[in-house]
Amino acid sequence: MSEMSKSLLEMQNVSKEYNGNPVLKDVNFSLNAGEVLGLVGENGAGKSTLMNILFGMDVIHQTGGYGGKVLIDGQEVKFASPLDALKAGIGMVHQEFSLLPGFTAAENILLNREPENKSVLSLVFGDRANTIDRKDLQKQAIAAITKLGVQLDPDMLVSEMPVGHKQFTEISREISKSAIRLLVLDEPTAVLTEKEAEMLLKAIRNLADQGISVIFITHRLQEILDVCNKVVVMRDGRIIKELEAADTSIAEMAKLMVGREVSTDKPKQDHDERKISDKIVLSVNNLWVDMPGETVRDVNLEVRDGEILGIGGLAGQGKLGIPNGIMGLFPAGGKVTLNGSEIPLNNPRACLDSSLAFVSEDRRGVGLLLDESLEWNIAFPAMQIQNKFLKNYLGGLIKWRDQAAIKEVTEKYISQLQIKCTSSTQKAKELSGGNQQKICLAKAFALEPKLLFVSEPTRGIDIGAKALVLQALREYNRKNGVTIVMISSELEELRQICDRIAIITDGAVSGILPADRPSEDFGMLMVGKTKKEAM
Amino acid sequence: MDRAMEILKGFGLPRLIITLFLVALFIIAPFAGISVTASITDVLGRFGQNAIMVLAMVPMIHSGCGLNFGLPLGIISGLLGATLAIETGIHGPVSFILAILYSTPFAIILGWGYGKLLNRVKGGEMMIATYVGFSSVAFMSIMWLILPYSSPTMVWGYTGQGLRTTISTEGFYYHILRDTLSINIGHLSISLAEILFFAFFAFIIWAFLHTKTGTAMTAVGSNPVFARASGINIDRQRTLSVIMSTWLGALGILCYQQGYGFVQLYQGPMYMAMPAVSAILIGGASVNKANITNVIIGTILYQGIVSMTPSVMNSLIHTDMSEVLRIIVSNGMILYALTRKTGASR
Repeated sequence: MSEMSKSLLEMQNVSKEYNGNPVLKDVNFSLNAGEVLGLVGENGAGKSTLMNILFGMDVIHQTGGYGGKVLIDGQEVKFASPLDALKAGIGMVHQEFSLLPGFTAAENILLNREPENKSVLSLVFGDRANTIDRKDLQKQAIAAITKLGVQLDPDMLVSEMPVGHKQFTEISREISKSAIRLLVLDEPTAVLTEKEAEMLLKAIRNLADQGISVIFITHRLQEILDVCNKVVVMRDGRIIKELEAADTSIAEMAKLMVGREVSTDKPKQDHDERKISDKIVLSVNNLWVDMPGETVRDVNLEVRDGEILGIGGLAGQGKLGIPNGIMGLFPAGGKVTLNGSEIPLNNPRACLDSSLAFVSEDRRGVGLLLDESLEWNIAFPAMQIQNKFLKNYLGGLIKWRDQAAIKEVTEKYISQLQIKCTSSTQKAKELSGGNQQKICLAKAFALEPKLLFVSEPTRGIDIGAKALVLQALREYNRKNGVTIVMISSELEELRQICDRIAIITDGAVSGILPADRPSEDFGMLMVGKTKKEAM
Repeated sequence: MDRAMEILKGFGLPRLIITLFLVALFIIAPFAGISVTASITDVLGRFGQNAIMVLAMVPMIHSGCGLNFGLPLGIISGLLGATLAIETGIHGPVSFILAILYSTPFAIILGWGYGKLLNRVKGGEMMIATYVGFSSVAFMSIMWLILPYSSPTMVWGYTGQGLRTTISTEGFYYHILRDTLSINIGHLSISLAEILFFAFFAFIIWAFLHTKTGTAMTAVGSNPVFARASGINIDRQRTLSVIMSTWLGALGILCYQQGYGFVQLYQGPMYMAMPAVSAILIGGASVNKANITNVIIGTILYQGIVSMTPSVMNSLIHTDMSEVLRIIVSNGMILYALTRKTGASR
């Protein structure tokens, strides 16, 4: 770009808070016409919020607007709704398709902007009675497809298309808008095959050559190198660095994405030099799990006795599917062996019977009886699975709930985990997120498992509570010798508490490393590079 | 003041209005020339007659199957038991026990099938249940004609086959509970046996809900995913609850018949579910929470309204408003509860 050209889009000191939690701080960047900007960052880094601001989405206005300025052609703009953004020539393709399955590609591309013919009825009923000019529709659609530079049959029904073609239809629709100048693509390649992704990348370059700017959000860093002019790396709501795509590498981006302050930081773990035995307590072979959004394809994993194993990876790669599949909450297949005996899958009861326990990432949906007392929440699984907290009458024929024992165990955990509540009979829904999480832990502890799966234990709770939850887990591991498998999307958290960390990519283990390895090594694994390739 | 408001809120506005209305009726009654003691006798009699059918709502509510609009199915089991007992021809108290025994296998089998069906339509139980009730009533209307009953007290006199629409329980178990252990103070008469009979089953349900299985049932209703993750077989718990509800429905109608004096066949069971559903809702239950107190308070309030309004209103304004009022109260209450459910789950 010549120096004369003014930047098309500029963000100045953009910041945003949700209920006092800053999610974006001082975001500055600019984008020239015909440039492709790569936007990378971990989940929760603030990418979506930034795009929502750009589009004037309702969620931004409803939560108190944003700070800073968004400039287009050097003029400050404040979009009141996505429609205004569209008028200003900004188009967006979301991860989820918004297409009508029963319509053809051409019809979808020009939906609600169809070229029209006047008919006799229009004289009476106005424009609503106009007919669609099919020929012109076809022509315009083909023009848009050609502009994109891909192979796409305009007469094909969306319902019959492969995923890639749906993606192309979406993009064609955006660029068929005459005013289009900036296109935002949110992880467009996530659902595509390699071949289709290649075509799409070519199309992006094609658009850029025609002067349309593109903001390209992706987790696949190689694509950034292939197609972008510059890269913006975000972390914790800040822009960490703006790089020229030509002078960077996957390793550098990965490091910036996940790393904290300096790359040499040692995890804060009080490395108590403990010996983990080589005894394998749980081995997972060829596990697949059909969990929507978190599909596990082929996981092989061995968990050693007494360790804390971390499972990390980006969202949607399948890390959450592993515990959910093993514990029988989603359809699964493969072979799981605990201490030498195979555990039947798809049977929650069998897992619990063999002393596995699971703290779900879906606290409110799976983890708690929101409408019942804390006593019930904590004692229920142990009561049902292990017949604890029951009094037997008539030779075991009547198993009566032992209210006193339930109260006792609940109060024990309330004081042990410092759960803030009014009493042990308070309802679970009245507690804060962090305390609810502790109830979930207490529930699992009450089962006295040999192996405990903990899924996203710190999701959605504040920093203070996070530390307490992690502390509780570590103590439980050290004191009771319980093996813990902890799944988390926060790498730093895993590095603090775990002995080894496995990274899941594309439904399979891409590598297992000791937790004290530098974070960029994990970053490399996350973006789908095995260690060898990265070297 | 705040505390008073809170208690009031906990009691619930509809319940409060209905209570006040009932109290007002009792105050007006003497002025309209109606004996209060006779009214109380009437209300308590109806309570004893109906309470078990209201109790039949509890297990299904606990397991998350919603309100048992399919109560007619339980009632049909009861009717089968009743007709079989009369067919046997044994008179006196034994016939009542026989009726209970005969209806039990029907209740278990029908309840099991009904439970299986409800497990396939999770989320839409109450609508399906309503139609299960309606269609089973229609089916049995045919069966009552075809089944080879022959007891002269039950079949149509002119053909000798097919059951009559109403059959007297006189000589069999008419007032078998009502007239046992009854306390008479002046015009006031309280049937202790009826109340104890209800209390016994209410105690059984209460106790059941305190056992391991009962706890699991409540958890299934409270959060099925939680229960499944805790190794509970959700479908089995739900089926069990439906069987219990169906059996209580059968017991309930037998108890009703002994007080009312007649076995009502054909369309009789059609709308029996509505008063029971309405009563438990007035008692403060919701679609997914109910306890024995709700049953007791609800039945007294509902039956109070139903028995007091006709007598008081009729003597005051000389028009029959009772049916209109009864329909407004029972359907209005159901409507209120169903809309409140969506509000609360948010």
